[in-house]
Amino acid sequence: MMTQYVHQPSFMTGDEFSIETFCLLNPDGELYEGAEEPALTREHARKLYQAMLATRILDERMMAAQRQGRLSFYMQCTGEEAAVVGAAAALDDADMIMAQYREQGALMYRGFSIDEFMNQLFGNELDYGKGRQMPIHYGSRKLHYMTISSPLATQIPQATGYAYGQKLAGEGHCTLTFFGEGAASEGDFHAALNMASVHQVPVIFFCRNNGYAISTPSTEQFAADGIAPRAFGYHMHVIRVDGNDALAVYEATRQARKIAVEQNQPVLIEAMSYRLAAHSSSDDPSGYRAKSEEEAWRVKDPLLRMQRWLAKKGWWSDEEEATQQETLRREVLETMKRAEKRPPPPLESLISDVYADVTPALQRQLDQLKRHIRRYPEAYPRGAKSLDLTLSSATDSQGEA
Amino acid sequence: MATMNMLQAINNALDIAMAEDEKVICFGEDVGIFGGVFRATSHLQEKYGKARCFNTPLVEQGIIGFANGLAAQGSVAVAEIQFADYIFPAFDQIVNETAKFRYRSGDLFNVGGLTIRTPYGGGISGGLYHSQSPEAYFTHTPGLKVVVPRNPYQAKGLLLAAIRDPDPVLFLEPKRLYRAAVGEVPEEDYQLPIGEAEVIKEGTDITLVGWGAQMEVISKAAELAEEQGIACEVIDLRSLLPWDVDTVAESVFKTGRMIVSHEAPLTGGFAGEIAATIQERCFLYLESPITRVTGLDTPFPLVLEKEYLPDHLKIFEAIRESVNF
Repeated sequence: MMTQYVHQPSFMTGDEFSIETFCLLNPDGELYEGAEEPALTREHARKLYQAMLATRILDERMMAAQRQGRLSFYMQCTGEEAAVVGAAAALDDADMIMAQYREQGALMYRGFSIDEFMNQLFGNELDYGKGRQMPIHYGSRKLHYMTISSPLATQIPQATGYAYGQKLAGEGHCTLTFFGEGAASEGDFHAALNMASVHQVPVIFFCRNNGYAISTPSTEQFAADGIAPRAFGYHMHVIRVDGNDALAVYEATRQARKIAVEQNQPVLIEAMSYRLAAHSSSDDPSGYRAKSEEEAWRVKDPLLRMQRWLAKKGWWSDEEEATQQETLRREVLETMKRAEKRPPPPLESLISDVYADVTPALQRQLDQLKRHIRRYPEAYPRGAKSLDLTLSSATDSQGEA
Repeated sequence: MATMNMLQAINNALDIAMAEDEKVICFGEDVGIFGGVFRATSHLQEKYGKARCFNTPLVEQGIIGFANGLAAQGSVAVAEIQFADYIFPAFDQIVNETAKFRYRSGDLFNVGGLTIRTPYGGGISGGLYHSQSPEAYFTHTPGLKVVVPRNPYQAKGLLLAAIRDPDPVLFLEPKRLYRAAVGEVPEEDYQLPIGEAEVIKEGTDITLVGWGAQMEVISKAAELAEEQGIACEVIDLRSLLPWDVDTVAESVFKTGRMIVSHEAPLTGGFAGEIAATIQERCFLYLESPITRVTGLDTPFPLVLEKEYLPDHLKIFEAIRESVNF
């Protein structure tokens, strides 16, 4: 860039720029004047909405299950379904998604089955993650959805690296990474954006600005006008979108993907939304925000908006809504019962996958553990079950398993 | 065979790996056209292009975060951290991400293609922040492999093995030896095994264990002891994680005495792990306490570096005390 010299000092704050919010549908599901409907087929639009609905219902049921003590922990996507599913719907299904933890809607959209969700939530023998991570840490290789990691923002520079590999592979794919406005305070966020811009990487940074990082409101997270202006500092394309408007999110992400894949340029998307639910099952928002604030956002429910638009198009009906809800609730309950009953992963899974091959040192540790469990099976019911020990009769045993 | 210093051997290993597999990508601060501040990546950008060998912005957490993603995608990422002293901004990415990638996903995803190269160690008047030996932070992290070569031949063979290993490897390069260590190195491709120690000198009276640059110091102490009629068995661990317990234990069964030496501070150092394991294995064979000869429990000094370092004389004294216990 050419340096322009001036001879009077002047300071800038960023207020010189204002970033608009892209939106297509009003809360009644009608297109704003001058808004152009994205080219979504009936099929695609219905799939998008159905994933939003399924996510809402899964979340309601599983939160209830957590409250009943059937599940140790849960996190809801509630209120942010349009942002998450709208983005996923604009990608190629083989594009990589690297999520934070509240984006089960994207996985739902890609066809992760309710059984697959349940197996992870209950950490049973069919969980792909082998019962190693807390509930909601999903991952799917076949659906190109990177396994969730609890540390915040670590996935953001990884997305830059992953997308760099995609660029070199030259197959026209990109990576989209989700994160919250709180995670954007982490160093990893800044490292990721700068590197993506410098190395011209096809990655989409999708910020769900939902107003809260646990209890900390976004006003105490940053002083600037949200996350979007940060893109300027990295010379990156950026768009702010109404995160409760699935059509707008879809269209913004679709165009972002074009920039990423066709120009090898990163894009930052800031989706403005609201976390209608608690941060997690361990959180109680009544301690830090007013019910009236939540109510104001409930009116802007992203599901209602999309549903109304579909209904106006004649692509969805109240009857279908009722039937779908009923079917989904039943499916969730039935699969939950199945998943709960499945046995835990075997004892050997304690030491597998630390390395590609089990090391002799780890094998020794497992053998020692097995001997111990054989002496005290009651104290380790899962391990004992895995070793086929009948509780109370087997109190001692010789030899190795 | 060619005569190479350690940097040339490392450069040669990278060259072979990049020529063989176009998925091998080298990057880090100043790694591109300049070839790294120590020149370990010299000419690689010229040969393989900017897309496969490049400078990164100055952000260690970003370098390793990027490397994790790149490796997860299926590329073979060889990331350089300019000095091991500056690896700590990337600690979270290494400890929480690199090391746990395979385990937490149930082997759906892994970053086995990742090798992190970084110069470590003192003896170059580098003071606090160009001298540290941070290996023990990483040996406490299941999922990582930690490898340290002692000479050019070892560096090339172990680095090629690290790059091709199915698990992520932290490859610590003794920078004091970068140019100081010169030796015969085959020009062709070869690998040395990760996880196997090497007995570099046989002896019957006492076992001396170390790795990296410390092997030179240990060997010098062994020569002094030899003059006094003490036959030392010298073992280069080569891999700290996983480490070769059997080779060390076999030696101690024979000698009944052991000294472990490293530059890093005493408390919490990896020598403690070796001592604990060997006393469990060899308790009834020990003739004297296992001794550690290490740096002091201080930050790494500058002017008094010579006094701080576990040199050959300190090791020689420890040998005498052990033998005369």
